[in-house]
Amino acid sequence: MPYLLILVAQRLALGALLLLAVSALIFIGTEILPGDVAQSILGQSATPEALANLRRDLGLEDPPHKRYFSWLWGLLHGDLGTALTNGVDIASSISKRLYNTMFLASVAAVIAVPLALLLGMIAVRFRNRWPDKLISGTTLGFISLPEFFIGYLLIYFVAVKLGWFPSVATVYDSMNFSERLAAVALPAATLTLVVLAHMMRMTRAAILNVMQSAYIETAELKGLSSFKVIFRHAFPNAIAPIINVVMLNLAYLVVGVVVVEVIFVFPGMGQYLVDHVAKRDVPVVQACGLIFAGFYIVLNMLADIIAIISNPRLRHPK
Amino acid sequence: MTDSLNQLGKLAAAGVIDRRTFMKQAAAMGASVALSGAVLSKAAMAAEPVTGGLLKMGSSGGESTNSLDPATSSSAVPFLNGHQWGDLLVDIADDGSVENRLAEEYGSSADAKTWTFKIRKGVEFHNGKTLTPDDVIATLERHSGEDTKSGALGVMRGIDTMKVDGDNVVIGLKNANADLPFLMADYHLVIQPNGGKDQPDAGIGTGPYKMMVNEPGVRHGYEKNTNDWKSGRGFAEQVEILVINDDTARVAALQSGQVHMIERVPPKIVELVKRIPNVEIKSAPGRGHYVFIMHANTAPFDNKDLRLALKYGINRQEMVDKILFGYGSIGNDMPINAAYPLFSDDIEQRQYDPDKAAFHFKKSGHSGSVVLRTADGSFPGAVDASQLFQQSLSQAGIELEVKREPNDGYWSEVWNKQPFCTSYWGGRPTQDQMYSTAYLSSADWNDTRFFNEGFDKMLLAAKGELDTAKRKQIYRDMGTLVRDDGGLICPMFNDWVEGVSNKVGGWAVNSNQTMMNGQALSRCWLNA
Repeated sequence: MPYLLILVAQRLALGALLLLAVSALIFIGTEILPGDVAQSILGQSATPEALANLRRDLGLEDPPHKRYFSWLWGLLHGDLGTALTNGVDIASSISKRLYNTMFLASVAAVIAVPLALLLGMIAVRFRNRWPDKLISGTTLGFISLPEFFIGYLLIYFVAVKLGWFPSVATVYDSMNFSERLAAVALPAATLTLVVLAHMMRMTRAAILNVMQSAYIETAELKGLSSFKVIFRHAFPNAIAPIINVVMLNLAYLVVGVVVVEVIFVFPGMGQYLVDHVAKRDVPVVQACGLIFAGFYIVLNMLADIIAIISNPRLRHPK
Repeated sequence: MTDSLNQLGKLAAAGVIDRRTFMKQAAAMGASVALSGAVLSKAAMAAEPVTGGLLKMGSSGGESTNSLDPATSSSAVPFLNGHQWGDLLVDIADDGSVENRLAEEYGSSADAKTWTFKIRKGVEFHNGKTLTPDDVIATLERHSGEDTKSGALGVMRGIDTMKVDGDNVVIGLKNANADLPFLMADYHLVIQPNGGKDQPDAGIGTGPYKMMVNEPGVRHGYEKNTNDWKSGRGFAEQVEILVINDDTARVAALQSGQVHMIERVPPKIVELVKRIPNVEIKSAPGRGHYVFIMHANTAPFDNKDLRLALKYGINRQEMVDKILFGYGSIGNDMPINAAYPLFSDDIEQRQYDPDKAAFHFKKSGHSGSVVLRTADGSFPGAVDASQLFQQSLSQAGIELEVKREPNDGYWSEVWNKQPFCTSYWGGRPTQDQMYSTAYLSSADWNDTRFFNEGFDKMLLAAKGELDTAKRKQIYRDMGTLVRDDGGLICPMFNDWVEGVSNKVGGWAVNSNQTMMNGQALSRCWLNA
């Protein structure tokens, strides 16, 4: 086990370095974009005086490196700062958005991950027969459709025609858990359909790979039922590649859902980030970027750790 | 019979008799079921406002970067917010005239240089503070001083002095301006306690609704101000503005009944929305226009013949039909249309004429193509409109090169920088304001680089001219000058197009700004 601890510590240290590099890259990126926050706030109604006044108020007259390091200094003291555009405290507004994003991602993941694994196993059990083809066909069909199109289809049939769930998924503080669930039903369903195929295909392929092994044949000869063979004997040895794909998709559920957020008017991180990129609101973009990068790093680390734990050869290296 | 039937209908609508009784008595009078039904719904339309309920609006033009500080409003949702929690000194009435709000009355000296606004007494802000003329002065100061970042700075510049005189606020101008009350109706100038100098984004004003929930880019929730100074507004108990920027999502929200009214129905889908039961399309002719702007001082557009060639080479009716789907009217290369006071309708309408375009193009001596820059965000359908322009110009043998720019950064990098691009104007309440904003030589947003001394002199003369007939004549001359000499190609004026559920009563047409000039939530009610 100490080996695992050392690995985690190493990964965390590398992750922190990576985050630093990411923050510098984001800062440079937003500096390169044409226009600044003052111009973006005032838009078409910008007068030279108003621009100059706003720039002075926002502290944009300092040179870029000075702004970056003062931001970094604040961050190291746990202060994300305030948004340049509307002066709102970033930490408090992000925490709300982050909670919403996590809620939506969790709901989608709780449905999508077990479903994908189950469908993958069913596809293996009936490989090359009609259930396999049906599962592969429909999930591939959904991944081929753009997500906004799936969203619009669900809005049209489920929200407008049937009236089962709202098309506007705005969630409020005052909502209780079941109201929140009903509100996010359609975006969660859209996301589920989008991520299902990737995970299902990987489960199917990885298990099929293991199914060629001699010990599977032994298990079959013992007279175990074929589903038991897949679940108890083949699946544990196929976990490593599956978990990698699952983690990639979980990361996607957190960071890649801006289109779904826009369609369902869901107050998550994606829309929040895009609004602030459009306004060149660097501190907010930085904060969002760091959170997103952090998710990728943590989820990838988790995938590696689970893969190691699931594999005795990696768990006890010589 | 019809009279007594109508009388009966009114009773039913007012709730004095129930629907069943009404139908029975109407049948006794010999009216058919269809007729009685029609009478009933007609009476219901004219019925008294219904109080209570939660009235919801879905609006585009909201971002999570929005602030409640009215000085920084520049999109639809911040504008709408200001009209819920706040009031202006005066506002624009449905007929386009000036209507009193926090100013009880106003008047000017004979030379239109000194204006006096009598401030209403007994009005309380939502925080309990009583409105005083000092609050008004402080508000105007906050939007004008040297270090302001207000979008209203442009309209405040002409003010020389401001002082309190008893219940009055007296404003002295540098130059005479007969249109000052219209300037005071600028939507940035929401009156705040101490002018909002203490906390500009508090959302505290004298408006019909008190701000309860403020989640920028998501929703804004309001509760009725029970202490409202004005009657005839604030019928719903609560109102809510939901930010729905996606067109399809906005229409779906209206269709599934999650909101009662939506701002901005894209003209492309109006015909489809009309087919939705229980939803009505409301349109109002506006002063907003979609434009192609040339810098009249930059080659090759500094050549009047080239400008004329391009003006003759645009098919205005086609633009209205294909870009606005009929929800608009054709323009005449000046920023003014019939929606403005003192408009002269006898200025000759410029028509699409490829021969004339070819003639002027040849005379200009220009060779090669002309580059037009555009982006989807410059106005809805701008790229399509540019391609239509390209086709209509090619009939005249003029080659137009359409360069597509990213939406992001368009207003800072392309508009007012590149010599020929697509853009839009929201329009202003008066001709004076429109011309002062963008056609005066010294205007910040002179986006056609129109420098004409004679024009500037006429604008100044019109400002101080109190004789309406003379003023109208000056505006006619100015419009003609811009039309023939300016860098503006204005093919169309766009209507406001909005979708409203038939549960909503009290809708009126006010074409000054979107959603009944921001008053849709406070002047409409939910039918029980």
